[in-house]
Amino acid sequence: MKTFKIGGVHPEENKLASNKAIEVLPIPQKVCIPITQHLGAPSTLVVEKGANVKVGQLLAKADAFICANVHSSVSGKISKIDTTTDTSGYRKTSVFIDVEGDEWEESIDKSDAIIKEIKLSKEEIIAKIKDMGIVGLGGATFPTHVKLMVPQGKKADVLIINGVECEPYLTSDHRVMLEKGEEMLVGVSILMKGLGVEKAMIGIENNKADAISHLQNLSGNFNGIEVHALKVKYPQGAEKQLIKALINREVPAGKLPIEVGCVVSNAGTAFAVYEAIQKNKPLFERVVTVTGKSVKKPSNFMVRLGVAVNELIERAGGLPEDTGKVISGGPMMGKSLNSLDVPVVKGTSGILIMTQKESKRVEIQNCIRCGKCITVCPMGLEPYLLAQVAENANFETAENERVMDCIECGSCHYTCPSGRPLLDYLRVGKNKVGQIIRNRANN
Amino acid sequence: MNLLTVSGSPHVHGDQSLKKIMWGVVIAMLPAMLVSFWYFGLPAIIITLTAVISCLVFEYLIQKFLLKQNPTITDGSAVITGMLLAFNVPSSLPLWQMVIGALVAIGIAKMSYGGLGKNPFNPALVGRVFLLISFPVDMTLWPLPKPVWTMVDAITGPTSLGVLKEGVAKGDTVSQLASQLPSLQDLFIGGVGGSLGEVSAAALILGGLYMIFRKIITWHIPVSFIATVAIFTGIMWQVNPEHYINPMFHLLAGGLMLGAIFMATDMVTSPMTYKGMIVYGIGCGVLTVLIRLWGSYPEGVSFAILIMNAVTPLINKGFKPKRFGEVVK
Amino acid sequence: MNQVLIYSIIALGSIGAISAIILYFVAQKFKVIEDPRIDEVADKLPGANCGGCGFAGCRNFAEAIVKAGNMDNLNCPVGGNAIIKEVAPILGIVAVVRDPQIAVVRCSGSRANAPQKVVYDSASTCVFAHGLFSGESGCPHGCLGLGDCVVSCKFDAIYIDETTGLPVVSNEKCVACGACVKACPRAIIEIRNKNKKDRRIFVSCINQEKGAVAKKNCEVACIGCGKCVKVCNFDAITLKNNLAYIDFTKCTLCRKCVEECPTNAINELNFPPRKPKTEKAESVSTEL
Repeated sequence: MKTFKIGGVHPEENKLASNKAIEVLPIPQKVCIPITQHLGAPSTLVVEKGANVKVGQLLAKADAFICANVHSSVSGKISKIDTTTDTSGYRKTSVFIDVEGDEWEESIDKSDAIIKEIKLSKEEIIAKIKDMGIVGLGGATFPTHVKLMVPQGKKADVLIINGVECEPYLTSDHRVMLEKGEEMLVGVSILMKGLGVEKAMIGIENNKADAISHLQNLSGNFNGIEVHALKVKYPQGAEKQLIKALINREVPAGKLPIEVGCVVSNAGTAFAVYEAIQKNKPLFERVVTVTGKSVKKPSNFMVRLGVAVNELIERAGGLPEDTGKVISGGPMMGKSLNSLDVPVVKGTSGILIMTQKESKRVEIQNCIRCGKCITVCPMGLEPYLLAQVAENANFETAENERVMDCIECGSCHYTCPSGRPLLDYLRVGKNKVGQIIRNRANN
Repeated sequence: MNLLTVSGSPHVHGDQSLKKIMWGVVIAMLPAMLVSFWYFGLPAIIITLTAVISCLVFEYLIQKFLLKQNPTITDGSAVITGMLLAFNVPSSLPLWQMVIGALVAIGIAKMSYGGLGKNPFNPALVGRVFLLISFPVDMTLWPLPKPVWTMVDAITGPTSLGVLKEGVAKGDTVSQLASQLPSLQDLFIGGVGGSLGEVSAAALILGGLYMIFRKIITWHIPVSFIATVAIFTGIMWQVNPEHYINPMFHLLAGGLMLGAIFMATDMVTSPMTYKGMIVYGIGCGVLTVLIRLWGSYPEGVSFAILIMNAVTPLINKGFKPKRFGEVVK
Repeated sequence: MNQVLIYSIIALGSIGAISAIILYFVAQKFKVIEDPRIDEVADKLPGANCGGCGFAGCRNFAEAIVKAGNMDNLNCPVGGNAIIKEVAPILGIVAVVRDPQIAVVRCSGSRANAPQKVVYDSASTCVFAHGLFSGESGCPHGCLGLGDCVVSCKFDAIYIDETTGLPVVSNEKCVACGACVKACPRAIIEIRNKNKKDRRIFVSCINQEKGAVAKKNCEVACIGCGKCVKVCNFDAITLKNNLAYIDFTKCTLCRKCVEECPTNAINELNFPPRKPKTEKAESVSTEL
């Protein structure tokens, strides 16, 4: 079975919600929609306080190249435009809306009928994906239309769809592939047309056998789409590792996948693209997994963006008594939340609740130079060394040892028998070396 | 409600821990230890206990009073050092010498560099070599192994490698010496004179397999070490079988198995990448054979490993892992 | 035996002679001609290589001074005026006397003033914590208390107070080299004039959030009310982005703003205990 070669770990899968059908969360009373929910330049606000908005109405406009539109997820009145804390506790400008009814923009097709025929041309597809504010839903939230615009001189020959979901606990992509498989495959076809390629490969780890067989059956009706089972190994969902696993091409260090003729998109994104193109529906809801060993009802919810996280947790049986940590995303790369009032945004793939015992880090001991961090690093780095030089503020060495290659997958810290916070220091190194590189470029 | 914890990802940790690794090594050493108790009897038990306890006590005292740290003797690393040190001495060694060896191993070779993980040389080997150089007579008087139930006093004799070295030096051929040397079977199963841990190759290999199974060590160092010795001595044997003994004898006699499986694989003092480990193993093997065949000591495993320990930082620098995305253009 | 001796003497002697000759030519070939004043200046400098001047070490600083020929933009914060007076004659210039300065921590978000809302459990370095989250108190501008400034200080002049969790700068040891200013990811530390008897007045907050938001996280946050600006007779206080700032070059240490501040965000250091309010006018005059 296919997989990537260097490094990797296999954490306990704990896919507690994998057999829970997607449940539509009732429309909330209030939402708070941050106007920048993607990677890149901030969007510009286009509504004012007191205005009435409909579901799907544009709230903030993208006016930079790497930027994305933000739409309202509910109908109602804008109560205020203020700041709210994001997952890390820093304040971001957001639109607060008091919900009144559920009135959608007329252009949105609310029916369930699957439309397979793709009417739009390549350029129209890209423009519409941009209009609908589609970003990568895997967590990195990179605007999808930018990915489809292949830079001059480069050529894409294959589209890779990431259905790996290698993070433990998370099941949102799994459920989308199972329940919205056909729509998703139409979305893949749309992305193929937008990118101008004849071939798409969907990579799915074989702990989701039902999704693999389901999509394999369906893919017969679509031209050029292949579904591949992959061996379970983290971080297979990282795009470079996924490309390596599926087509054995290695993206050169510091370059994008387009360098080897690939564009990678997430399975959930493909579904959002389908809805955007065929149903005129902007990205204003997504599937979020709420899970954790102590959670009463681990579930997958279809959620309007802007809902507070604690509403989701309430719906999944309430916050357990001994909660120590709440994570947005998976346990390997997710961010731990400062407060439960933060809104669900485009990049929220899951809410993971950990008990106090689970959330304690293990005791830090001396490095015994066992080399396990080197063995598991999927980028072939030496985390022990990079962490050490970053801790000693020796950023020149850190740069020479290619700290910038690090994809922050956390395999090194996960594996370290001494419990050393390797990734913490690697991030310090990346941060500082990034600054040094930028300064150098400016001078 | 309790306060939420905020920390950087990852939020889960694998099941490997320092303690598991260290105690795993201790478990892996048990078969060889039991075999040595079987053959050398009570003195072996006393010497092992002395080594382990004095290592623990020295580590505790140094951490507590000299370095003012929280003592970490429960992590098992001092136990390993103590057991390895005991494995490397004859059971007849006076106990006070054993205590000095433990002090050198823990105090000089480990703690003076900053404790666990910081030492460039394998502490047990430093202790052993210190004893070998300071007390050469006591360290090379090997009681002949005898099953515990025989009440005869221990007879002392040289190790098989010693017999060979002396004989060849005098000009005897290997076939003339054959009667004085133990059979390969004895070497493999046990019952040959030597240090505690060298008695049975089979028990050592069993421990090694356990460590590989538990993913404490990888095959790279032991296999490349042993294979190098086998190939090198095999070539010499082909060249002149009357002067150089067959490679099987070299593999099973002396401390090769002990060194290759337990000493050279010490994480702290061995290279960290697979490529580096193989280079290190080959280096250990070549040096061992050089010392055994042409050096003045009959046995060269501990010197070879110590020399390669010194080279380890260089190997770490020179043999980097293959980096993702480093495509040749 | 004699022969051995003679051979050894000849062998060693000739090796020595040959090496000496080689060394002589190498030294000639690689000789670097350098302004002798650089060495002279470097000798006068403290030699701590703290980097406070903005150069990698004292010698680099000496090179820069000699090259520039003046000390207008160059200063050794460690040696201060004493060094400048010694260095200036070497360069044949007149020494510029500067006011002694000190590092000031502009945050009073102690554990009591800014209660903990979450628990931080990662590497203890401010740079990482700053990238990860807003801080245990929730104030995105407040001190994280993990001590990057302590690590950066080469003069042992800063430590983290156990009870408040905030850094404390030693009046005696701090040389205002600015290493901590650079180390702090939140730019909390500022180099200010030391003033007479180490008396200082400064806004001990850099939170630029709206008053209500800032106050939510910290009792003593500057809420940008502007009262201090109004009360100041010397135009020393400016209000920008909801935050007051006292210009230390204009401040006369009258302490009016300290009393006016509704959140006690303005700190006064090393002043004698305040007299009852009725004698306020008198106390101000003595300060001036």
